[in-house]
Amino acid sequence: MRTEEEGRRPVPDILDRLQPLFRDVLDNPSLTVTRASSGLNVPGWDSLAHITLVAETEREFGIRFALGELETLKNVGDMVDLIERKISA
Amino acid sequence: MLAFPHDFPLLFRKRRSLTRARAEQAGLAPVRIAMLGGPTTQELASWLELFLLDRGIKPVIYQSEYNKYFEDTVLDSSALVEFAPDLVYLHLTSVNLQVPNAANEEELEAAVRSRLDHFAAVWGAVWSALPCQIIMNTFETPALRPLGHLDASSFAGASHFVARLNRELVRAARINSRLLLHDAASLAATSGVAWHAPDRWYSYKIPTSPEADVVMGHSLASLIAAARGRSRKVLVLDLDNTMWGGVIGDDGPDKIVIGRETPRGEAYTAFQEYARRLKDRGVLLAVCSKNDDAMARRGFSHPDSVLRIGDFAAFVANWEPKHQNIEAIARQLNLGLDSFVFVDDNPAERHLVEAQLPMVAVPNVGDDVCRYPAIIDAARYFETISLSAEDAQRTALYAQNAEREALAQKFEDYDAYLASLGMVGEIDAFSPVYLDRITQLTNKTNQFNLTTRRYTKAEMEAVAADPEYITLYGRLTDVFGDNGLVSVVIGRRDDRTLHVDLWLMSCRVLKRGMEDAMLDALVLRARQAGVDRIVGYYIPTARNGMVAEHYSKLGFTQLTDDGPERTSWCLELAGEREYSPRNRHIRHANGGGGEKTGAGHT
Repeated sequence: MRTEEEGRRPVPDILDRLQPLFRDVLDNPSLTVTRASSGLNVPGWDSLAHITLVAETEREFGIRFALGELETLKNVGDMVDLIERKISA
Repeated sequence: MLAFPHDFPLLFRKRRSLTRARAEQAGLAPVRIAMLGGPTTQELASWLELFLLDRGIKPVIYQSEYNKYFEDTVLDSSALVEFAPDLVYLHLTSVNLQVPNAANEEELEAAVRSRLDHFAAVWGAVWSALPCQIIMNTFETPALRPLGHLDASSFAGASHFVARLNRELVRAARINSRLLLHDAASLAATSGVAWHAPDRWYSYKIPTSPEADVVMGHSLASLIAAARGRSRKVLVLDLDNTMWGGVIGDDGPDKIVIGRETPRGEAYTAFQEYARRLKDRGVLLAVCSKNDDAMARRGFSHPDSVLRIGDFAAFVANWEPKHQNIEAIARQLNLGLDSFVFVDDNPAERHLVEAQLPMVAVPNVGDDVCRYPAIIDAARYFETISLSAEDAQRTALYAQNAEREALAQKFEDYDAYLASLGMVGEIDAFSPVYLDRITQLTNKTNQFNLTTRRYTKAEMEAVAADPEYITLYGRLTDVFGDNGLVSVVIGRRDDRTLHVDLWLMSCRVLKRGMEDAMLDALVLRARQAGVDRIVGYYIPTARNGMVAEHYSKLGFTQLTDDGPERTSWCLELAGEREYSPRNRHIRHANGGGGEKTGAGHT
C-alpha cells in the first residue's frame, strides 16, 4: 500500500518556497513542514498565525484564495496541491 | 525602534520574532488593556502589543469574545473587573453599526440617540466597577454609499448617520475626560492604505485590511503610550535641505529656498509651518545642523522664514557628529533621549543617529520635503491626551531656563544664585482648575518621580475628594517667568502614618529647593491631620535614578531594606525631634492662605 506522500506527484519547489515563510511567520527557524503538517501538529499554528500564513502564501505566489476555498484543506499537502492548480491555471 | 514609515512586508512576515525580541528587553513598563471588540481583535491586539513593546511598554491584553463587548460589560462584567484593566479599548468599526433607513430628521436623531445610549450603557457599566479610561474609535465612513453623494446628506444615508454619531461621540468625550477618542475615521481617510476588507470580514470577522490593522495598532499604541507618559517631546531638525532648500554656507543666507515664490519654496514653507504648529501645541523644536553657528542662525532671519530663532528650545550648529550634539541637547533640556525625534534629509546622518542612539526616533523622511510633514504626522510621535494652557508656552519656559543657567554660571555660591532668582511658590491642595495639569504632569514625568504611579483624571478627582488623602501641587514663579505647576505630592493616611504614594517634579525646576518647600508643606498638613510619621517609597525604574537618594537628602531614615523593587523611608514627626523647615529661598504666593502651606515656617 502506498502512502499518501508517495501517491502524489512531487512538487518540491512549492513546498520549498513555503518553508521560509512558515519559519518566519511561526518564528521557528528550525521548523520543516511536510505535506502532513497542519494546525493540529505544528506548534504555534493558531488562528491568528493561520490568517498570516494564508496572506503570506498569497503574496509569495501572487495568487488569491477564493472565499471558502481553504475550508476543505486538511494539511500543507492539500495547500501545496491547491497552489499548484492555481499557478498552473 | 521599528522603522517608520511602516515596513509592511517585514511586519507581516516577522511579527512574532519582532515581538519576542522586544518582550525580552529589561525595564518595560506594564499596562493592562482590556480589548472589547465588535470585530475579532486578535490581529489588532498583536500589532498593539508589538508597537507598545517598541515604546518600552509591556501590555497584558484581555480580549472579549467576538462581538461580546455589550455582554462583557452591561450584562456580566465580572471577568472584566477581575482582570482589573488600566484601560479599556472598545474596538468598533462602521460594520458594527446598523444604519437606520431614516425617513426624516426625527428618525435619524432617534437612531443616533439609541446608538449613543447603547454605548453609554457600556461606558457606565465599565465605570461603575473600574475607574479607568475608555478608548473608543471614531467611526470611519462606510465602504459603500448606495445613495451616492446624497449618502452624506440624506436622512437615510449611511455616511450621514456615521458623521452624526461621531459628532455625538466628540461631545461625550469633551465632557468626560475618561472617554478618549481614537480617531480611526481620520486614519481610514488619510493613511493611504486600503482600509475595508470585506473578504476578511466574511472569513475572519475582521473588517479591515492587514495594513489597516497595522496602522490602527500603531496609532492606538501611540495614544496609550501618551496616556502612560511616553509621548515624544522634542523635534530635532537638520537645516540645509530639511528646513530650507539649498546649503546656506555655500549659497548664502539670501539664496536659500523658502517662501511663496517657487514650488520648492512653498514646500519648505509648509514644513516650517507644520513645525511651528507642533511648537504651538507644546512640542519643543531644536536645531542640530552641520553648519557655522552664526551662518545657520541667519537662515531664520530670512524674511520668508516662518520660524524664528526664538521658536527653538535648543540650537546647535557645529561640525561635531550629530549623535553627540543630540545628546548635548538632551542634557541641556534635561529630557531623556527616548523623547526625541530626529529629522534629516541626509540618509547617512539618519543612519548614524539611529545606530548610535537607538532610543531616538528617526523617521525615514526621504529627501522630498513635500512628504516630511505627512510622514512625521502619521508617525504619531507627539500624541497627547489633553492640551493644557502651559503646552503653548513650553518653549518659552525652556528658553527661560537657558537664561537661568547663564545666570547660575555667574554665581560662585549656589545659595546666592537661588536667592537672586526671587522665587515665589504656590503650594496647596489639589483644586479642580489644576486637575488637568496635575494629571498630565503625573502621567508624563519619568525622571523626578519616586513611584512612577500613573493616575487617570478620574482617579485624581477621587483622590482630591477623599479626606484620607493629603494632596499638594506646587507652582513656581521667578524673575524669569512662571514655571507653571511643577510638582505633585499625594499622601495617603493610614491611622497615624502618612504613606507618600506619589512625589514628582518637573526637571525644569531641578535644584531650586522646590522639594524642600513641598516637604515643609506636607509636614505641616500631616501634623494638622494628626499624623506621627511620613513614609516615602522609591520604586526604581530605568529612568528615575536621579531620585534614588531623594528621601535621604530630605532627612528621612531608611526602613529595613525591602529589596531591589523598592526602598522605604521614614520621617518621624512625633516625640522629641522637632522638624525644622527646610525651605530657604522660595517665598509664598498664597498671601492670606500662606499659613496653610506652612512652607518656610511652622
